Amino acid sequence: MTTTPTIALGDAHVGFRGRITALDLARAPAVGLPPPELERRLIELGFVEGAMVELLHQGLFGGDPIAVRVAATTIALRRREAMAVMVTDQS
Amino acid sequence: MNAAVELAPVVALVGNPNCGKTALFNALTGSRQKVANYPGVTVEKKVGRLTTPAGRSIEIVDLPGTYSLRARSPDEEITRDAVLGRLATERAPDLIVCVADASNLRLALRLALELKQVGRPVMMSLNMMDIARKRGIEIDVEALERDLGIPVVGSIAVRRGGIDALLAALDTRLAANPTASASEWRAPDATALRGSQREADRVLGAAIRKAGHLDPGTAKADAVLLHPVAGLLILLAILFVMFQAVFAWASPLMEAISEAFTWLGALVGEAPLPELVRSFLKDGLIAGVGSVIVFLPQIVILFFFILLLEDLGYMARAAFLMDRIMGGAGLHGRAFIPLLSSFACAIPGIMSTRVIDDRRDRLTTILVAPLMTCSARIPVYTLIISAFIPEREVWGFIGLQGLVMFGLYAAGIAGALTVSFVAKRLFWRTTAGEPFMLELPDYKIPQARSLVFGVWSRALAFLKRAGTTILAMMILIWALASFPQPPEGATDPAIDYSLAAKIGHAIEPVTMPLGFNWQINVALIPGMAAREVAVGALGTIYAVDGGEEASEKIGRILADQWPLATALALLAWYVFAPQCASTLAVIRRETGGWKWVAVTFFYMLALAYAAALATYQIARALGAG
Repeated sequence: MTTTPTIALGDAHVGFRGRITALDLARAPAVGLPPPELERRLIELGFVEGAMVELLHQGLFGGDPIAVRVAATTIALRRREAMAVMVTDQS
Repeated sequence: MNAAVELAPVVALVGNPNCGKTALFNALTGSRQKVANYPGVTVEKKVGRLTTPAGRSIEIVDLPGTYSLRARSPDEEITRDAVLGRLATERAPDLIVCVADASNLRLALRLALELKQVGRPVMMSLNMMDIARKRGIEIDVEALERDLGIPVVGSIAVRRGGIDALLAALDTRLAANPTASASEWRAPDATALRGSQREADRVLGAAIRKAGHLDPGTAKADAVLLHPVAGLLILLAILFVMFQAVFAWASPLMEAISEAFTWLGALVGEAPLPELVRSFLKDGLIAGVGSVIVFLPQIVILFFFILLLEDLGYMARAAFLMDRIMGGAGLHGRAFIPLLSSFACAIPGIMSTRVIDDRRDRLTTILVAPLMTCSARIPVYTLIISAFIPEREVWGFIGLQGLVMFGLYAAGIAGALTVSFVAKRLFWRTTAGEPFMLELPDYKIPQARSLVFGVWSRALAFLKRAGTTILAMMILIWALASFPQPPEGATDPAIDYSLAAKIGHAIEPVTMPLGFNWQINVALIPGMAAREVAVGALGTIYAVDGGEEASEKIGRILADQWPLATALALLAWYVFAPQCASTLAVIRRETGGWKWVAVTFFYMLALAYAAALATYQIARALGAG
């Protein structure tokens, strides 16, 4: 059995389906919030380890922001912040 | 027992944004609701009364939507403090109703677990049960009650009888005379949040008998509406219609209102009263009230569209589509609608900045909204352009007059983007702003009742809040233009003897480098009431009789008396100048103090001065003096 690689949600393409493995705040350093605050906000919107995500849409310029389905909820966020969400491919 | 002195129990509605909490509030209270502000902050306070089937009188409070009691915005702070009973002016809730969208329970369950820690009686209302059922979602309510440890009832806010079960449950709960225990709530850290979300996921897993499917309509609509190219084009089309409506539909109503006030003014003008009283009633009071009420049609139409798009679930999508474009200038995606609205009038534009959650982003938007070319500038622009700019074509097909008009609009937009870019760095000292993170709710069909209540309460709030301050400013401006009174047998227009004229003369040395003579300075003072009033004031000063062709006559006189450089400088001045007392009054209301009024006033004044100075001096150097 091969292990599927872990990537950042901020690097994923439209159509990506996967499962959250970790929140790695060190990967999203440039977001105007202290890392613990960004972590709390991500969790409050449902980005918790084990949750299923799917990248649904992206914006015109630089593919930013992105619309992500987390379980049954759709959340819009910028790729910059989504870099902190580590996911493995489950498609 | 004396029932009269017994206060009605307070029931607080708490829930995630988009959970249908407001629809539930409307269904519970109907027209017995009022919207006010919490003291000292600009957070809307929505309270209503209802009588339960058992005859119990209840006070219902609709608290701002939130994902957590860990407040991140002024709105969420109110929710937290109200729930914890920390607001000095408000009674603590006797019962908390956690409102949850039955088709989107996950985040609501986590909030419910947090609410339980507060120690006050809590129950859950599963809203939009009909939508969940339609999607094949089956919820085991008993399992949910057992695992959450609080009573849970289903409700359908939009249907007659859809809240009967909730009303009965409120009766049962309040009859048990529940008491609060000490709060165990502390702002959760990431570990605690993670733990409570895991617990919520476990509760959800046990309570969902059938997961159902996601809303197919939303997926289909988003395939088009969030398409990178088509989505943007559709947004532009929607905005075009909205803009058109605010401009075109409102104008007959605005004309009717303004005619009615002119008629009323004329009526008073003929009344057998002392001259000063007559002038106060006609030019101060009636003209002042009229200049406020005239904005009402635009505000009603604009808020109708904003609330419609919000209720549809489209507003979050518009922010998604515009985020990158606005972000370049340091503005939030949600700033787009308020700024666009400001092309009609900055007042509804500034009022609609409430859709922006973050305080800094909201202040930046309020700061730059008056730079958008509003409709009140059009009469001034038209007068000067038609008097000074020759009616000819450049490059064979573009009218020069139209080109100048376009240039003035473009200058306003460029100014707004530059100011927001600078403000972001100067005031907030951040390069990376607040993150853009928001839920894209499923599309829903808006309820007419909810829309009507929403528009009505905003119209009322505008009249009440802005009316008092704006009226006071109007009266002040009238007094400046009326006192002291002209001496017996004076031949010049009365305004020439007033304080306004003295100010106009006094500041002439300051405005000389801009090419403004004292007559222009004087016209700028009544022009503070509303920009277009400056046109009439110029007419008064140059002693032009009123009537149909008044503005044409003024134009001819101005063309004789002013050099081109002065006219161009005045145009540049009007692009930036804080020439509107009503806007300043609304900024005071919306920011809760004079500080941001002062910031807006002085930065705009500085920009206007610099722009007019540069324009005049360059134009003179090029031989237009």
